[in-house]
Amino acid sequence: MNTEEHALAMIERVRSKPLRFRDERVTMAHGAGGKATQALVEGLLAPAFGMTELADAGAVENLALTTDSFVVKPIRFPGGSIGELAVNGTVNDLAVSGAQPLALTLSLVLEEGLGADELRAEVEAIARAAAAADVHVVAGDTKVVERGRCDSMYICTTGLGRFDPRAQLSPAALRPGDHILVSGAIGEHGTAIMLARGEFELAAEIQSDTQPLWPAVDALLEAAGASLRCIRDATRGGVASVLNELARASGVAIVVREAAVPVHPAVAGACEILGIDPMYVANEGRLVAFVAPEAADDALAALRAVPGCEGAVEIGEVKTEPPGLVLVETAFGGRRVMDMLVGDPLPRIC
Amino acid sequence: MKFVDEFRDADLGQALAAEIVATVEPGRHYKLMEVCGGHTHTIYKYGVDDLLPENVELVHGPGCPVCVIPMGRVDDGIAVAHEDGVIFTVFGDMMRVPGSRGTLLEAKAEGADVRMVYSPLDALRIARENPEREVVFFAVGFETTAPSTALTLMRAKAEGIRNFTCFCNHVTIVPPLRALLESPDLRLDGFIGPGHVSTVVGARPFEFIPADYDKPIVISGFEPLDLLQSVHMILRQLAEGRCEVENQYKRVVPYDGNTQALRVLEEVFELRPHFEWRGLGFISHSGLKLSGAYADYDAELRFTVPGIRVADPKACQCGEVLKGVIRPWECKVFGTACTPERPIGTCMVSSEGACAAYYNFGRFAREREVV
Repeated sequence: MNTEEHALAMIERVRSKPLRFRDERVTMAHGAGGKATQALVEGLLAPAFGMTELADAGAVENLALTTDSFVVKPIRFPGGSIGELAVNGTVNDLAVSGAQPLALTLSLVLEEGLGADELRAEVEAIARAAAAADVHVVAGDTKVVERGRCDSMYICTTGLGRFDPRAQLSPAALRPGDHILVSGAIGEHGTAIMLARGEFELAAEIQSDTQPLWPAVDALLEAAGASLRCIRDATRGGVASVLNELARASGVAIVVREAAVPVHPAVAGACEILGIDPMYVANEGRLVAFVAPEAADDALAALRAVPGCEGAVEIGEVKTEPPGLVLVETAFGGRRVMDMLVGDPLPRIC
Repeated sequence: MKFVDEFRDADLGQALAAEIVATVEPGRHYKLMEVCGGHTHTIYKYGVDDLLPENVELVHGPGCPVCVIPMGRVDDGIAVAHEDGVIFTVFGDMMRVPGSRGTLLEAKAEGADVRMVYSPLDALRIARENPEREVVFFAVGFETTAPSTALTLMRAKAEGIRNFTCFCNHVTIVPPLRALLESPDLRLDGFIGPGHVSTVVGARPFEFIPADYDKPIVISGFEPLDLLQSVHMILRQLAEGRCEVENQYKRVVPYDGNTQALRVLEEVFELRPHFEWRGLGFISHSGLKLSGAYADYDAELRFTVPGIRVADPKACQCGEVLKGVIRPWECKVFGTACTPERPIGTCMVSSEGACAAYYNFGRFAREREVV
């Protein structure tokens, strides 16, 4: 074995070990959805509660339960706002678990001094988004903290759904040969937020992709049924993180064709300037679906028929070797590893 | 994307790759160093080396500005960041570079007001908006980024902004290259010259490389086709027995550089007698500090910086990697104790660092089969 192979084998051994939470303090990286987040969840939270499989929603008999907090800054951005996000984020966690969303609870943490108009606008946004997603807000809570202790408002929603009997989804269910679909162009939510912060003096017509995904999941289940292996919504950490998590969970390799991944030209341009790969940028209304080969064409056609998912495409395939790794066939004709996000997407400086 | 996709055309890439194969001498092994971290990043991101023949090896050089900052300077920066009333501004890549006692990201979690900026002008804006606070900008980079720091300082002076200082870690490109070429364990056939830095300094300062050391150098752009063409140009020089400075990046790099930017550098900075480089040690006249006219804006004069020299961690072989003596995976701690999430050496921190680039993108050699 030469030194390079030896080094690679060592890395694979280190990577296959369960992640440990070893940091002395929480840093922003723990919230970015990449490796540090994974270490926090797998190394501290899951063992504390005896959770073995980490899914987007937990199962209580035939009901699915999930919870999420929203701390987005700024609270309004092109294509949406925190209120809309708080509904869609939670119903989407239910949907990609194969559960039809039924009800939400809503918890508001408000900053002293928040304008009543701003609050009213967000409450209305929540009501509109809930109606669009066909769920009811059935309970809630409000808290107020001193000015400066929270940024305008934080929202926490808990969602209840009913598992669909057609769904047999699991992150460990991927099999070699499965096809990988995405429901539309990627990276729009994260890019819209970055530009809305106004830190870059960049302007582009980019709207958040926030939307409820149950209709898309419903269509996929109808078309592919038990041939649908797993679905994920590609939120923090983007499509790259979803692919890595599932490659690990299923012990398979994933190959993505870079040229096939749909990216809006404005998103590609902004990411190019900032030195960020759109594959790592957050989405709030995009799912990644893994489908057995025989059902892939039907699943893709069904997905494209759903409003908001017209741009769905196939981006790659599940393979056997090397297990746990995600590989990208670059548009230029080379090949590279696409690892999980480390830290926040830090742009290069020169 | 217009003006970008043209430089990433796969068919042209294959055609160039075929030309390269036709140019190499069978049986001869070529070692070419790309000096700039931006090139390293491109090579791995697009899999450029997958298109090269086996006997053309790319060696990653010392041109990642984040990677060459020694631990002691990071410690100094963190000490300033912890001072009362300071807002410490820094480029994103620097946030995760380990000093001897943690990173700026950790200093932020401990309560220091550390803010990521994308331009020194952003730091100046923060100073303007927070007149009661002291705003410090952690300046890093070669002649590529130094002019923007210089312009920012000139603007601060013109506007009379007093609460803004610069912790200057700017470095120059020629001295480390000379140090590298003097190093006895170095075996290289040619250089892929740094494109961005050359937009400022031009191609002329690299003439000593063919003149004094008999190595060809081609200044290269950063798109995958740029790199393939530059490799081809170097190989052709070698095949034809030529040895000179060539400029592949003519669309941006004038042979004599950007005279206006050079004038600005001249006004705001002066050379330090010596500056420490991670892994390479002290190199004479390789670092910049603020000139006397800008002493009021020098963070090293306004604050107490510990200035303690910290030896590189024992296990870390960043120095050998930066010199191209070993490849990233030949380092004892590569990928095991030293990973992008827990870097020991700086080559693992920035996405332009040779180790991080290889770890993130290049770990999968093309010979290994995907099935």
